[in-house]
Amino acid sequence: MKILHTSARALLATASIAFTATAFGADTVKVGILHSLSGTMAISETSLRDVLLYTFDEINAKGGVAGKKIEPVVVDGASNWPLFAEKAKQLLEQDKCAVVFGCWTSVSRKSVLPVFEKNNGLLFYPVQYEGEEESKNVFYTAEAVNQQATPAVDYMLAKGKQKFYLLGSDYVYPQTTNLVLLEYLLSKGVPIENIGGGFKKDGSGKIISAGKYTPFGHTDYQQIVSEIKQFSAGGKACVINTLNGDTNVPFFKEYAAAGLTAESCPVVSFSISEDEFRALPAKQLVGQLGCWTYFQSIKSDANKKFVASFQDWLKTSKVDGVKKEGRVTCSPMVLSYDGVYLWKAAVEKAGSFEVDKVRAALQGGLSFEGPGGKVTSQKNMHMTKNVFIGETKADGQFKILKEYKDVVGEPWLKGTFKPKS
Amino acid sequence: MNSNNRRELTAICILAAVMLGVMPALNAWIPEGQWLHVSNFTINVWGKYLAYGILAISVDLLWGFTGLLSLGQALFFSLGGYMLGMHLMLMIGKLGQYKSELPDFMVFLGHTFLPSFWQPFRSLAFAALMVVLVPAVIGKLFGYLAFRSRIKGVYFSILTQALTYGASLMFFRNDMLMGGNNGFTDFKTILGADIRSPGTQRALYIVTGLTLIAIYLGCRWLTRTKFGLIQRAIRDSETRVLFSGYAAANYKLFVFVVSAVIAAIGGALYVPQVGIINPSEMTPDKSLEAVVWVAVGGRGTLAGPVLGAVVVNALKSWATRAIPDLWLILLGGLFLLIVLFLPGGLVSLPNKLRELRSRLGKKSPDTTPTAVPNASAS
Repeated sequence: MKILHTSARALLATASIAFTATAFGADTVKVGILHSLSGTMAISETSLRDVLLYTFDEINAKGGVAGKKIEPVVVDGASNWPLFAEKAKQLLEQDKCAVVFGCWTSVSRKSVLPVFEKNNGLLFYPVQYEGEEESKNVFYTAEAVNQQATPAVDYMLAKGKQKFYLLGSDYVYPQTTNLVLLEYLLSKGVPIENIGGGFKKDGSGKIISAGKYTPFGHTDYQQIVSEIKQFSAGGKACVINTLNGDTNVPFFKEYAAAGLTAESCPVVSFSISEDEFRALPAKQLVGQLGCWTYFQSIKSDANKKFVASFQDWLKTSKVDGVKKEGRVTCSPMVLSYDGVYLWKAAVEKAGSFEVDKVRAALQGGLSFEGPGGKVTSQKNMHMTKNVFIGETKADGQFKILKEYKDVVGEPWLKGTFKPKS
Repeated sequence: MNSNNRRELTAICILAAVMLGVMPALNAWIPEGQWLHVSNFTINVWGKYLAYGILAISVDLLWGFTGLLSLGQALFFSLGGYMLGMHLMLMIGKLGQYKSELPDFMVFLGHTFLPSFWQPFRSLAFAALMVVLVPAVIGKLFGYLAFRSRIKGVYFSILTQALTYGASLMFFRNDMLMGGNNGFTDFKTILGADIRSPGTQRALYIVTGLTLIAIYLGCRWLTRTKFGLIQRAIRDSETRVLFSGYAAANYKLFVFVVSAVIAAIGGALYVPQVGIINPSEMTPDKSLEAVVWVAVGGRGTLAGPVLGAVVVNALKSWATRAIPDLWLILLGGLFLLIVLFLPGGLVSLPNKLRELRSRLGKKSPDTTPTAVPNASAS
């Protein structure tokens, strides 16, 4: 069989592909971007790749980081979690990246975490997450539950809402968020019968899951919406929505069809930002609420400058696959942007690209005046930032209703809120 | 033993010596920085490719040799991974995020004790037994129902796809107590050794390679026995096999179970090397990916699927780093070219070239193609 001889040669040829030599350029530093540019998450994560490349260009134009130009290494995680782990290994072990910006879903972060811990790498993670994690190899610019969910509940309570219906997609982030919210609501004196969506208890009667959950890609929300309608019949009710991605479309369609409105029973969503409205119909969500640590409509000079120069960059960008039309900025994008600047500040303070020194500088507390206002790094590798409540408008932007200043990121919330006795 | 056979076995021996002897040796003993050094990363991704190679053989045994296009192989692959994963989760012990004896996701769900079906997985031997047993039983049940009802062709493909999809939805549920959407990850030790250390990864790579060779040789033997003849006869004309007095359903059931077990073994070797298993691994598109590897490499041959799995995945590894925006187009283009111009897959390339050369040289072909599979059978 000649075939095998040929296959042997082919195997060796492909093997040689992996033997890429890596060397530090004298005046550049390699920085990894680990996002999905294809697959189901591409629609969200490609925007983060774009904003990171923009940030690198902006920094390079002003002289780089500690005198070194950033050399981006972009890889595609392809919405494939084992591939994320492989790409993380490649960025750290082959390319020797000083830092990596990346990941969106919790499962992708969980998948790369062992790789970062083993290689003592540094990952900046920019997307709202469930907490319950604190790795010395991850800096969480992301919103912790107390930087999104609990302020949103505070706002609803202040608006006189007394009944809360919890609805989400069945995965870690909504499950954890709702368990925290349950404790939080009870601590605020909301009676348990005013919390909707149902509870699951274990053998001892302890609640192990609160709220209503639907699988990814679920489309039939008729029953759930009629349950919400009943729940909200007495007034003073709202829905806390942690549904993910495109399942929001059938939910809000059904919601409007059932005659429920933002006036009768508002919905606060934690997973729909300006960028999601590029794919979701904003018209059905007009008046509904969102809660993030940044909105494009923030009227500060820093934000206006950021939005304008990002748009300019998009127009002139020669990067493959960058969409130029209809682009917006949103919270995960700004948290990526803030992350790069915090890392830069940490490197310059530490006088080194070494992860241990950079981490120490970050933990010492560094501030950056970002588009969403001032952000400050904390000892627990999270970030203090401002939280905003916004109302959806027909053009997919948010009208800002309320701002909470300098909220400290706290990953370990379960069990911290005690019921009011 | 004819000369073809001898040449094939020699080639396997050489390949095995290079891949499983020289490469790990260069990884272990040549220090990093020298040009001969094989990096830990290379060893690790090759371990993954070889595990994929095992999956590809399982697909080919069904599709290439028996004409059954199963889109359920990713399910068996993942089940194998999950069974070993359960053991690895328990081996984390108190090293997890919550410093609890329970796996992290159970603490997170508020459980205070280990469910009874998890208990025996503390033993690696039990987990290894389940790697084989669980997919075999599910394969047997499903196969029995499908083949008894004479479900064939595209209907069989659709059913296997539905089986995989249904299973992935089930595993996505947190109530399953199998880790839900996040699955199993953050493994720490295997047989007491640090699972992420270069030495362990190297050992896993070698074990995967040896398993692949054993499975290759086993399948090679099986497909050349009388059983293999009947297998191919079923592929080419099942009705005639039935009329000749053979119980085709039993043969198909046997092949289905065997390939389920092979896929599961591949999955069990895959998980400790990539460090994560979750339900998105058992979706129909993952099965389809494996079918593509087989088609690229050459279905109906055993070397082809392995070659296809390695080439496609190595290309993917390289291209997602080198051309992250265009790699899908590159891979898609490759598939199209192969389907259009090389229906026998990459393994038929030498014969094709020889044919072309002799046609250009206006000479009649001096050899007849030996391993061109019957591309029209399904």
